[in-house]
Amino acid sequence: MTHATSPSSGLDLRRSETVRRLAEQHATDRGALMVVLHAAVAELGHLERTDVETIADVLNLSVADVHGVVSFYKDFRTDPAPAHTVHLCRGEACQAVGAESVFAQARAQLAHRDDVEVDEVFCLGNCALGPSAMVDGRLHGRLSGERLLGLTEEWVR
Amino acid sequence: MSGSTVYVPADSSAVAVGADAVAEALGSLEDVTVVRTGSRGMLWLEPLVEVETPAGRVGYPNVTPGVVAGLVAEGLLSGVAVGASIGVVDEYPWLARQHRVSFARVGVIAPTDIAAYEEHGGWAGLRRALVMEPAEVVEELAASGLRGRGGAGFPTGIKWRTVLQTSADLKFVCCNLDEGDSGTFADRMLAEGDPFTLIEGMLVAAHAVGAREGYIYCRSEYPAAAATLRRAIDVAYAHGWLGDRIQGSDLSFDLFVRLGAGAYICGEETSMLESLEGRRGEVRAKPPIPAIEGLFGRPTVVNNVLTFAAVPMILADGGAAYAALGSGRSRGTQVFQLAGNVRQGGIVETDFGISLRDLVEDYGGGTVTGRPVRAVQVGGPLGAYLPATDLDVPMDYEALLEVGGMLGHGGVVVWDDTFDAARMARFAMEFCAKESCGKCTPCRIGSQRGVETIDRIIAGTERERNLLLLDDLCTTMTKGSLCAMGGLTPMPVQSAIRHFAEDFDRRTS
Repeated sequence: MTHATSPSSGLDLRRSETVRRLAEQHATDRGALMVVLHAAVAELGHLERTDVETIADVLNLSVADVHGVVSFYKDFRTDPAPAHTVHLCRGEACQAVGAESVFAQARAQLAHRDDVEVDEVFCLGNCALGPSAMVDGRLHGRLSGERLLGLTEEWVR
Repeated sequence: MSGSTVYVPADSSAVAVGADAVAEALGSLEDVTVVRTGSRGMLWLEPLVEVETPAGRVGYPNVTPGVVAGLVAEGLLSGVAVGASIGVVDEYPWLARQHRVSFARVGVIAPTDIAAYEEHGGWAGLRRALVMEPAEVVEELAASGLRGRGGAGFPTGIKWRTVLQTSADLKFVCCNLDEGDSGTFADRMLAEGDPFTLIEGMLVAAHAVGAREGYIYCRSEYPAAAATLRRAIDVAYAHGWLGDRIQGSDLSFDLFVRLGAGAYICGEETSMLESLEGRRGEVRAKPPIPAIEGLFGRPTVVNNVLTFAAVPMILADGGAAYAALGSGRSRGTQVFQLAGNVRQGGIVETDFGISLRDLVEDYGGGTVTGRPVRAVQVGGPLGAYLPATDLDVPMDYEALLEVGGMLGHGGVVVWDDTFDAARMARFAMEFCAKESCGKCTPCRIGSQRGVETIDRIIAGTERERNLLLLDDLCTTMTKGSLCAMGGLTPMPVQSAIRHFAEDFDRRTS
């Protein structure tokens, strides 16, 4: 896992204050760590090494413990989120209606763009109306390569 | 004319095919009240608009914003049979033939309308439970024959009895809403469409075992379900159905929603408990079972959404009424989920014992591509691939075991004759390799070796030897894994080899 690093600045200070505030807000919840990590990612987009240290400090955990949890779960990203995300379902039910070819087309159409992240996901709970994808956090069903292209067309650089 | 009431689902599946825009178009009309509901589960008809008429609610399927004005001009708001109208929705054969118990209110009421919930029979089960002794409630559950709907099929009454009889300073009730199995969506639809039913089931459990705190562990891929549940919990607190001394009784219960973070394994109950405690979702060795040492080491009820959703009716009508339904040792109703390459996918809640053929051909209407059915995977990604010749199997826990399958969470995924068993066997191993928690070797390493071995078989490299090796590997994973993830991954793999051997003997040119 690589953490984005940046030189110390006022921004860093604000960031660490934000993380500390979120951690303190949930510190008394039972098993608070997952709640705090979700809150931090929702607010900041991703987690940096220094955030892990701050959270460990507030919750009285070791840095290794927090790092271990961050690295276990897909949602706790450690690189900045791109402008757009396309998360295509590769679950069996979507594969049964051609999801693999939609996935391949999405890769071909979008993988070269560094402002778009194309990734797989296993099941979005839309199994009767596949192929499915989460596009910028919105669920879409009955997808084809063309329909997906239509959804992403307006993303100009 | 006087005002009309129209119902438009806000269920994620309906929204994914355009329900929000339809609701907006209808809402912009004069004298029209739009009520957002869950989905009736006839997902191929979504967005399905329903209009209130004296004869009942009339349905208009596959509505798009572009056709709203035309349908209204032709009389949609008076329930005239225009367009592809399916008539009165409650009388539509696909729905009318079902036996909706847990799903009785889904798609009918606005999900967080607590008055509508009560009007439609809500709280009756809890009210009855609250005047019974905890042990009597547990015995009612035992009498019902209810078994864990998450997939393991463990008798719920026995689990609750264990928690009741274990003394502790604190006990928990946890709901597993980490519905990661492909082909399953009933937990999501119930949480989005009728969350009070789940809350009521958890409250009955709390009273039955003496718990005072509860958690719903919802996967992060279901943001709408989590949001609806949180709204419902706020409403329940405001109306005295959660918190201290609920409805003036001795029961006090606090309920929280927690989000998973993209790990399939957290649907395994001990992994889910680890995650709730703020740790990596690694499975625990059992014993001790969660009923004795669960969340934070305390006795804990862990049940699936559909298990809790069956509880209110069992208490309201009595365990015997529920036990009167079903077949063999599978009592009550099962919420089947039809998905994949099927013309009419959605929710089929019916008594256990219906044949797989009736589900796939009768309810499902065959494949959406119109090609013959070649394989059906029952029970999620860890379930068996059954051939078309097995379609007459009755759907219950034991009957499916007899044909080398499992019911799991009730998902049914249909494939046409383009199904490639070798590719899907490889995928089962690949999925396990990606989602294994890594705690035990058979699962962590075995799944990766499984992918490689199947690749060699597909390439025709020492085919017989590698088939033997794969069989041996599957035995090791089945017998040596800590949990069902590594333990059941061989099921799709070996069923694919058993029923579709020819797919493993295609020389790549």
